[in-house]
Amino acid sequence: MNKRNFFQAVALTAVALAAGQALAQDNTFKIGLILPMTGQQATTGRQIEAAAKLYMAQNGDTVAGKKIQLIVKDDTSVPDVTKRLAQELVVNDKVNVLAGFGITPSAMATASIATQSKTPQVVMAAATSSITEASPYIVRTSFTLPQASVALADWAPKNGIKKVVTLVSDYGPGIDAEKFFNARLTFNGGQVVESLRVPLRNPDFAPFLQKVRDLKPDALFVFVPSGAGAAVMKQFLERGMDKAGIKLIGTGDVTDDDQLNDMGDGAIGVVTSHHYSTAHPSAANKKFVEAFGKANPGLRPNFMAVGGYDGMRVIYEALRATKGQGGGDALLAAMKGQIFESPRGPMFIDAQTRDVVQNIYLRKVERKDGQLYNVEFDVIKDVKDPGKSR
Amino acid sequence: MNVAGRWRWWELLLWALAFAAPFGLAGHALIINEIAIVALFALSLDLILGYTGIVSLGHAAFFGMGAYSAALFAKLVMPDPLVGLAVGIAAATALGAVCSVTILRGTDLTRLMVTLGVGLILMELANKLDWLTGGADGLQGVVMGPLLGRFAFDLSGQVAAVYSVTVLLVLFVLARRLVQSPFGATLKAIRDNRLRAMAIGIPVGQRLVVVYTVAAGAAGAAGALLAQTTGFASLDLFEFHRSADVMLVLVIGGVGWLYGGIAGAVVFKLMQDALSSITPQYWTFWIGLFLVVLVSVGRERLVRPWTWWRP
Amino acid sequence: MLTLLFDGIAYGMLLFILAVGLAVTMGLMNFINLAHGAFAMVGGYITILLMQRQGVPFLVCLPLAFAGAAALGAVLERTLYRRLYHKPHLDQVLFSIGLTFMAVASVDYFVGSTQQILQLPLWLKGRTEWGEGAWMLGMGHYRLFIIAVCAALTVALQYVLARTRFGSRLRASVDDQRVAAGLGINVNVVFLSTFAVGSGLAGLGGALGADVLGMDPTFPLKFMIYFLIVVAVGGTSSITGPLLAALMLGIADVAGKYYIPKLGAFIVYSLMIAILVWRPQGLFVRQGGKA
Repeated sequence: MNKRNFFQAVALTAVALAAGQALAQDNTFKIGLILPMTGQQATTGRQIEAAAKLYMAQNGDTVAGKKIQLIVKDDTSVPDVTKRLAQELVVNDKVNVLAGFGITPSAMATASIATQSKTPQVVMAAATSSITEASPYIVRTSFTLPQASVALADWAPKNGIKKVVTLVSDYGPGIDAEKFFNARLTFNGGQVVESLRVPLRNPDFAPFLQKVRDLKPDALFVFVPSGAGAAVMKQFLERGMDKAGIKLIGTGDVTDDDQLNDMGDGAIGVVTSHHYSTAHPSAANKKFVEAFGKANPGLRPNFMAVGGYDGMRVIYEALRATKGQGGGDALLAAMKGQIFESPRGPMFIDAQTRDVVQNIYLRKVERKDGQLYNVEFDVIKDVKDPGKSR
Repeated sequence: MNVAGRWRWWELLLWALAFAAPFGLAGHALIINEIAIVALFALSLDLILGYTGIVSLGHAAFFGMGAYSAALFAKLVMPDPLVGLAVGIAAATALGAVCSVTILRGTDLTRLMVTLGVGLILMELANKLDWLTGGADGLQGVVMGPLLGRFAFDLSGQVAAVYSVTVLLVLFVLARRLVQSPFGATLKAIRDNRLRAMAIGIPVGQRLVVVYTVAAGAAGAAGALLAQTTGFASLDLFEFHRSADVMLVLVIGGVGWLYGGIAGAVVFKLMQDALSSITPQYWTFWIGLFLVVLVSVGRERLVRPWTWWRP
Repeated sequence: MLTLLFDGIAYGMLLFILAVGLAVTMGLMNFINLAHGAFAMVGGYITILLMQRQGVPFLVCLPLAFAGAAALGAVLERTLYRRLYHKPHLDQVLFSIGLTFMAVASVDYFVGSTQQILQLPLWLKGRTEWGEGAWMLGMGHYRLFIIAVCAALTVALQYVLARTRFGSRLRASVDDQRVAAGLGINVNVVFLSTFAVGSGLAGLGGALGADVLGMDPTFPLKFMIYFLIVVAVGGTSSITGPLLAALMLGIADVAGKYYIPKLGAFIVYSLMIAILVWRPQGLFVRQGGKA
């Protein structure tokens, strides 16, 4: 490209940019929803976006006299992009709330922007304990790994599982899960034979599972991010680990409702602990699942979707409470301490830690009406995040 | 650049516009910052690809090295941006010197693979040393001090944009001196015909090492800028797609012409931004289509639509 | 340990089938085709979709995957690739990356980005174990199947190359295109059929690997690096070169991740760099052949 062409190109793009300037609206309330819509975590983005749109469809788009505008951006799970998008949303689009955040690094990268611009940041997916401590403006509606792992570490020794090998993805939530599971299991008299970590990107589970096979524990505890569960399950069954007497236990990400139905009968009997199952037997959940299925044919809502749904609820109610007055600080204050009934069960936002306090269910995979579901058989109520209340 | 050394009028105008942009287009300071950083990165690649003919798919290794060094320096030692920039450049240059021995031999393909391998090893290293780099979560808590003691990096990104454009200009001038010198002439000779260059006595190995090291340093500068202006460094900086993207940017703009990196950066970034706000999910399809059309039609003809229907 | 060796060999053979098409087209047409992974993905998705939606049995899907990818390869070669043979390598890299992006986004759009789960037929799901303890050889039936199919294909390919007239025409065109054309060999037909077969093999590899490697729209980008390693280390002038390179890569990768999980990926990349610096033309180059 020589200089003349270069000038033409720049001129064209400058015109295109100028033409695309959006006019600022005065009576709108903007929510900047930053999600991984493409890439490894794309299913997270799709579930949350669908749930957010469902909430808006069910509850209208006008609250306290303001029109709600949802701006969805794709950060492709790259934290640098998340940070830049958040900065643009705050500076250019002047959003009132930042929401979404599919993985921990994305949420952490945005924390400083939330603090600097005094914009509440609603984390709907990421699950590491320390996220809420990164900024006083962060509120979480998803869950934390310690919440889920500790519940399982209490259940396992009471059900004949003494020796365990842990296998987690090597990043924030995975390390959280490993640490808290190990600590609680050892406290309960169990023994963690080995702790394995799998790289987050492009994981190859085969050699790790072979190692587990050779160690012959009573059970294998697994945490992998939403979407990778199927690969683990497949490798687990292929290596004949269930026939060698090794049970598979883990947090609910490994039997993610999004993929569970395609995993086949080998998944039946796997025990997991999590805060949400599509099969949760409450009226609110039945309504949610039905509406979700109707709006998105063929898609089953998973725990990511419920995080997005409840996140929108928190934002809507906060806006209603502040009646649209006050800035980010007022909005944040109205978000803290909200108690309500979610499709997952009862939950509330702790006013001190700004984190979610909810029930953790123990579930087993069973076949119901021809489909596979995580059927709840036990519950631990109002679990605070152990990562903080230490 | 017909006559060596002389600045044409349009170049001066261009740089004046570049400096005015963060103030005139205040809402777009963030993307101007990004464009400047990508342009610098592409410029560094041009030194080895355009002027010396080394095809590298691992240039992101130096980009990431500069970024992490600057970020760690700011976090652990001292938050001054300019000193951090120097540290970033130094670290990347050192790495470049070490790695330059790997590209001395082999065909295009082997060099491609070796550079790729180096880039991937750097990423794995950064992942493993997570006590230092923060691993897959990225390096948190990097707070930059004010530039020159007075200009703090603000949310709107104006200071950052001016900073990046300045560094780009400085390194551009240096690069220009380099390629227009006799040294640069030997590089072009090596690119065009290595055997003949050896035959007339040019020390090919030594030249390759020098230019690779210099290019690494420039890439490190771009990385340091990114880490400082965003206050964040993550493993993604070492990823394969960074190296692939910068090569795309350079080729779109034109290799062997120092403004190629800048032109490509402007076009690519703006296009990417515009496309991904229209179709957040499938913008890669349109980028791919653009590339296929670009190559099929011929890179020179793309911006002259009346030549499209000529055979 | 024997199980590891077995797994490594299975992985290596799979990589070989995936990469052999790339090696031959690179050697033949001197065209850097980074879109090779996209053909593998096409084969994988054809298999998955036919099995999931139409209930076609697995064994029937395999030749269909081959045929589908081969047909796509033939069409693209004739329409797009042929115009780019004489362009500089950079243009080819740009073009093939662009094609890959388009393929990835299209698959994402039409099928979705979740990793697709393949349900293998029952007779392939079993596992046989011989021996005890450290010397136990655990062979998943599916991996046995992969090794068998790939070995058969390798023998067939070697036979075609060495013993048929087409093979000799192909070898002649690889060694020196102009002279081959001068001798009356229809180089265009050779290119077209080779590209089609190479793409077909990639598609077959994708179908076989869908279960082991996981099939999702980012498959081409994830595995392109491995294919390139096989081709660069094995050289492009024979079939045995990439075969040995793929086996080495497969075993090194599996063993590395098992014994030293912290350094698993390092081993592969460092090994590759060391080999390429020592022997820049690839490990197994025939004397007198084009690099």
